[in-house]
Amino acid sequence: MRNSNEIIDDIANKEYEFGFTTDIEMDIAPVGLNEDTIRFISAKKQEPEWLLEWRLKGFAAFKKMKFPNWQHFKMPELDLQKLSYYAAPKEKKKLNSLDEVDPELLATFDKLGISLKEQKVLAGVAVDVVFDSVSVATTYRAKLEELGIIFCSFGEAVKHHPELVKKYLGTVVPHSDNIFAALNAAVFSDGSFVYIPKGVRSPMELSTYFRINAENTGQFERTLIIADESAYVSYLEGCTAPKRDENQLHAAVVELVALDHGEIKYSTVQNWYPGDKDGNGGIFNFVTKRGICKGNSSKISWTQVETGSAITWKYPSVILQGDNSEGEFYSVAVTRNKQIADTGTKIYHLGKNTRSRIISKGISAGHSDNTYRGLVQVGPRAANARNYTQCDSLLIGDRCGAHTFPYIESRNSTATVEHEATTSKIGEDQIFYLNQRGIETEKAVALIVNGYAKEVLNQLPMEFAVEAQKLLSITLEGSVG
Amino acid sequence: MLTIKNLHAEVDGKKILKGINLEIKRGEMHAIMGPNGSGKSSLSSVLAGRENYTVTEGEVIFEGKNLLDLSPENRAREGIFLAFQYPVEIPGVSNLNFLKTALNEIRTYHGLAPIEAKEFLKLTKEKQQLVDFNANLMNRSLNEGFSGGEKKRNEVFQLAMLDPKLAILDETDSGLDIDALRIVAAGVNKLRSADKAFMVITHYQRLLDYIVPDFVHVLYDGRIVKTGNKELALELEEKGYDWLKEEVHQKESV
Repeated sequence: MRNSNEIIDDIANKEYEFGFTTDIEMDIAPVGLNEDTIRFISAKKQEPEWLLEWRLKGFAAFKKMKFPNWQHFKMPELDLQKLSYYAAPKEKKKLNSLDEVDPELLATFDKLGISLKEQKVLAGVAVDVVFDSVSVATTYRAKLEELGIIFCSFGEAVKHHPELVKKYLGTVVPHSDNIFAALNAAVFSDGSFVYIPKGVRSPMELSTYFRINAENTGQFERTLIIADESAYVSYLEGCTAPKRDENQLHAAVVELVALDHGEIKYSTVQNWYPGDKDGNGGIFNFVTKRGICKGNSSKISWTQVETGSAITWKYPSVILQGDNSEGEFYSVAVTRNKQIADTGTKIYHLGKNTRSRIISKGISAGHSDNTYRGLVQVGPRAANARNYTQCDSLLIGDRCGAHTFPYIESRNSTATVEHEATTSKIGEDQIFYLNQRGIETEKAVALIVNGYAKEVLNQLPMEFAVEAQKLLSITLEGSVG
Repeated sequence: MLTIKNLHAEVDGKKILKGINLEIKRGEMHAIMGPNGSGKSSLSSVLAGRENYTVTEGEVIFEGKNLLDLSPENRAREGIFLAFQYPVEIPGVSNLNFLKTALNEIRTYHGLAPIEAKEFLKLTKEKQQLVDFNANLMNRSLNEGFSGGEKKRNEVFQLAMLDPKLAILDETDSGLDIDALRIVAAGVNKLRSADKAFMVITHYQRLLDYIVPDFVHVLYDGRIVKTGNKELALELEEKGYDWLKEEVHQKESV
């Protein structure tokens, strides 16, 4: 007879339901990282000379840098020479419409619950899909174009809107920002580009879906979003990857620019393959995300629900340059088994009357380690700057870890910076109470966790909030036993 | 409905219940009284299936089923409801969402479809009025920031919503002022019916002025040492527990 531990193990192992691979003909760069690789990628993408130069500058910076050592985990040894830096579904000819996309690829996205056929796409959401290294489809483009909104793959933006790309690329995350950002600058393959013109509110959510499929590849996408004066956009990214025994590297860069009265809301539901229960395989998620509120009264808001990846290392940041600008960071990070998350935010108050709000909810189960790391910096010019930080940790079981590293640096005496932190455990009393009302333990945990994360989940667009709730429940299945 | 035979239980190796025998029939109201540490709350915990209690001897039959074989959630689904002495707070989970989840879990267990939203709201409104529960507390997080009285009233409201066969009220009167006590008692009285039974655990006779029991049992040192009707409660109120304790010790020494 199977004992309850076996049943729990089964549940624990089956939960990553996106772990399949797609058999598709791929165009893959030779393994290894050198200038030739970079020239290969640039040539494949028929890029202008200035972009190749920029990549090479990134590579030069990368060569001089070392992997960071300040994070709260041991950096795994990454052999970047063993990776391939470009993988694309082989294009037999130029695609004119979605009907010509490889049916195998369409089937993959159907399986993931993302239909690329526009009539079936969730009303009000335009999707750009990145498969391994390249963007394969962008929906609703024509409708957005009527409003002057540009929503396309990064590669297309380089071709059709080089002036915009040239003006903003690397202005928020420079090519030499950190080793992963430098690596991305050198080898980035594709990603999404969004430009919302003056005074336009995007009528729908814009969304990018990232999928790593090929073996031994890294994924290095780059996203650039610009909200011009009084423009507004809500953008969402989602991601999954197949189950593989070896680790795969994901080193993305996201840059956001908000001009006067512009607003960008950026939401992430990250569900990369987290590895198995013993910590084998899984995605190394080393991502640099940063936004700048360049204009007065502009606003940038990050919301993230992080459930996947073997290691998550990301600190979506906001530079509050414009006076009266506002930055927000809402995060739920769940770790279980042997997952590691070292995540948080950095907020730089430069302008007057700038405001920021940080709500971080960590949930750790199993043998995992969950760290919040946050910096709030107030510059000498930032009169009356205000920050509120709330940082909560929830522990499930007694073998996991939760850590909080807040850094506060204020150089203006009129600033108000508040930090609150709590650590709690899901109590046996809470579970028993729910059991006594007829609710089984798995469901009880899901209910408690969703309640705990509610403040953050409420920030997500409606459809995705429901998805995220489900994801949290599935992720924690089998973690109490 | 419920038959408890020679029930022994312990916590962390310490014997708490030492041979409880009790029979509860439909429609009956049983009061369990006794001094501190006599095992009153332990009895309710054992019946509800709290994990750290180990049953070492005896059996409990509920509606023909061996209760001790069932998980806590299945005991609840079979119709046992425990009104907690210290209801827990669950932040971010609204009272309504919690109740709907609980109700649907119970319905699913009995092969019923989940309740329709409209029907659920109707039921909520009806029960809320029945037990005089503040509507403003419905959308608040479960018990979070509730006063002691509000928490206890929420227990009675849940009892009304989930409509169990056997309701165990564990010191529901503790921490209530006289007005709140009256409201709680009135709610319980409205829920009494011919097919429902109650087990009311209390320290004080006061509650029994409002909820009149059919039987009063006195628990002492893990055993029921005396059973009577409501007059027994009055006698206890007057004389305290010491005379009973002496009676027990005398019997033991013979």
